[in-house]
Amino acid sequence: MQLFRAFLLRLFTTAITLSGVAVIVFFVIRVVPGNPIAMMLPPGATEADVARLTARYGFDKSIPEQFLIWLQGVVQGDFGTSITSNQPVLGLVLGRLPATLELSIMALVIAVFIGGFIALTGTRNRGTSVEAAIDVGNGMALSVPDFLWGLVLILLFGVLWPVFHISGRVTPSLDLPFTTNFYLFESVLRLRFDLWADIVSHMFMPALALAIPLAAIIGQLLKQSLKETMHLDYVTLARTKGYGENHVILREALPNAILPTLTLVGVQFTFLIGGTVIIERLFSYEGLGNMAIDAVINRDLPLIQGIVILFAAIFTAVNLIVDLSYAFLNPRLRHG
Amino acid sequence: MKLSRRSLLQLSAASIAAGAFTLPAFAQAIDELVIASNVNLPAWDPTVGPSAVNPTLQGLYQSVFDQYILQQPDLQPAPGLLTEWGWNDDKTQVWMTVREGVTWHDGSPFTAEDVAWSLARVANPETGSPIQFVWGTLANHRVDGNKVIADVVQFDPTIFKWMYFLTGYVLPKAYYEKVGAEGFEAAPIGTGPYMVEKFERNAFVRLKANENYWGGAPEFKTVTIKFVTDAAARVAEVESGNAHVTLEVPYEEYDRLKTSLTGVAAPISDIGMIFLNDIDVMLDPNVRKAAVHAIDKQAIIDRLLGGYGVKIDTLETAQYDAYDASISVPYDEAKAIELLAASGYSPENPVKFKIQTTKGFKPKDYEMIQAIVGLWRKVGIEAEIEIYEIAKHYELRGADQLAPAAFYNWGNSVGDPTTSTGFAMFGPSPHSVWDGEDLINMIGPLWGEKDEAKRIDGWKAVDRYIAENALVIPLLQYVQPILSAPGVVVTPHASGALLPHLMKRA
Repeated sequence: MQLFRAFLLRLFTTAITLSGVAVIVFFVIRVVPGNPIAMMLPPGATEADVARLTARYGFDKSIPEQFLIWLQGVVQGDFGTSITSNQPVLGLVLGRLPATLELSIMALVIAVFIGGFIALTGTRNRGTSVEAAIDVGNGMALSVPDFLWGLVLILLFGVLWPVFHISGRVTPSLDLPFTTNFYLFESVLRLRFDLWADIVSHMFMPALALAIPLAAIIGQLLKQSLKETMHLDYVTLARTKGYGENHVILREALPNAILPTLTLVGVQFTFLIGGTVIIERLFSYEGLGNMAIDAVINRDLPLIQGIVILFAAIFTAVNLIVDLSYAFLNPRLRHG
Repeated sequence: MKLSRRSLLQLSAASIAAGAFTLPAFAQAIDELVIASNVNLPAWDPTVGPSAVNPTLQGLYQSVFDQYILQQPDLQPAPGLLTEWGWNDDKTQVWMTVREGVTWHDGSPFTAEDVAWSLARVANPETGSPIQFVWGTLANHRVDGNKVIADVVQFDPTIFKWMYFLTGYVLPKAYYEKVGAEGFEAAPIGTGPYMVEKFERNAFVRLKANENYWGGAPEFKTVTIKFVTDAAARVAEVESGNAHVTLEVPYEEYDRLKTSLTGVAAPISDIGMIFLNDIDVMLDPNVRKAAVHAIDKQAIIDRLLGGYGVKIDTLETAQYDAYDASISVPYDEAKAIELLAASGYSPENPVKFKIQTTKGFKPKDYEMIQAIVGLWRKVGIEAEIEIYEIAKHYELRGADQLAPAAFYNWGNSVGDPTTSTGFAMFGPSPHSVWDGEDLINMIGPLWGEKDEAKRIDGWKAVDRYIAENALVIPLLQYVQPILSAPGVVVTPHASGALLPHLMKRA
């Protein structure tokens, strides 16, 4: 019951957060320099042409008036029409969301796998040169930003040893039988492993570039937690019972040590989604991030609003899920 | 070999991985041409919206749609969907003869009705064409056999040039009226050399050759244009063989790769320039003239751009109609010092102003301005650099609030002086920041000049006046680097459009 009440409270605060984001985004993007009409007008346009196009896109009204019109539309599920593509914003952003989610989830899986491996190996070999090497590697992974990893990966696996695709999400010549935009998941569900392989070979490099810094963070934190847990009495007891080191780490220490990492993974996942903006651009991956950059360059205000609000919704939803799962996994929180 | 359960699983996993991570190798003979484009295509309608006036998208549009008049790679017009065109004697009407035997991509015949409807549509303010101010100079479009006639509301000597410029495309009347704007966006058809087979926004467009194209079927039957906006990724695409052609790569990369790939670097119609706003110190002619004379344009081109650029002294390139090679403003450091001294300035007591520039919008834009500021410092000009986004430039220019000096690049693929010197320097234009009455009086009569030779001579005189009084600083004509696989021959187009139907097998 307490958990349910907490859930309702979080839903309420989430709604307030999203409303706040909507207001801030709407007003901020209208006061920063860069008028979409000025960008659209070719040389030779007269003042009358400026006025005509300004009215056509609704920018002749005051900002509060524009906001009210936009809000009325949002309530009815209409987030406006993109200035550059002349398409409904909601359809555009929802159409790109699956690509970004799949990329982020794949990056998260890779990061957890690599980070977990690093932590377990470091714990298993604590105090040795292996741990020192892992720490050095972690430091390098953390100090290099994801887009630079992307460039390194392009050079290594795109040019020198071209095993992965450099750009896009899927090979253009392939016929896709999908009904949703979750290509990766649907290819598995339809048992189309040829398509799955093609999609993975497009996604792997951007996902890995996103995953490397996160893997280093996970590895470092989990290793630290494991090392602290390894000194606790119940772990010593397990050792005295004659369990092997692997058993002690995996079965005894890991379940307790993983909780702080879980929270971190949740928080970092939101940053990881934010990181897709640059990575998607670098790899010409057709996700929300790539679309966001185009929208900003073209001052496509309705599209910017739609993307930012969707990103905000994802962030708050992920945080909510993390909080709930943390409460669910931690008996002290679950039972108050 | 003994096959255990574990080894079988390992073998299976390895097989799947090998299959998954092996790229389809490009055949030796190129069946499907892959182009790594530097721009995304946001919308298909080439006549309305911001995309319609984006010069970098015109190559994509011209692959699918035809313009009224064909523009050849040297920017000169040639018969296209219109085979002949002109004004009547008193220039109160225009007439156009429409090519016969052309079909739309859906197989329906292209007619004069399509031309008349397309022109009337963009002339209507309700349609939302950004170029309505040009198309609106014609009215009462009507069809007479295979001829289209329209009344001239306001004489515009460049009207036929706009027919191979921004938004000058013919759309299918019957199809558009049937499917509407949304349906057209989803399944666009034109009369162009390629038909749209598949389009993924922000990702790629796949084109199929139009075998019935009036200009002859394209050599490559399938073309995929991938939108790869990052220059490093484009280089990797073409270097790895994932793409056969790419453009707008850094000049250093072009030089590195042009030996292993095929490289073409030809001048295009875009120029780099510095707007001077007639405010503050820019009202002093000595300061303006010194600023121009102090810039060693050739050295900047050679050292910063690897020689890829053409020095210009007016806003007209050699391909433009009003180009006059006799107008020259030489680099002369001593003269710059002398001019500044006449106004009381020196390296010890420099004249100060702000210069705005983009950074990374055009090749080495910021670095060029840094170099110019360095050259200015030597003669007694201390300029403070402010970096702005291109969107802010448009906004400031529209409001006449640019800094005393502001770097910009100007595109003019039709080569008419109206669309270069005219719009950039005519005070009442929202795109000009020089408001001097003398220049307004010189340019004003040229807008409606009906005698073409007199009109061009008039613009040459304007260019000379601008150069002599240093009202703007023309810098260079850009060179566009194109890299292609050895099996592909690319014909560069001086407009900067990369056109797949002009590509041939080696």
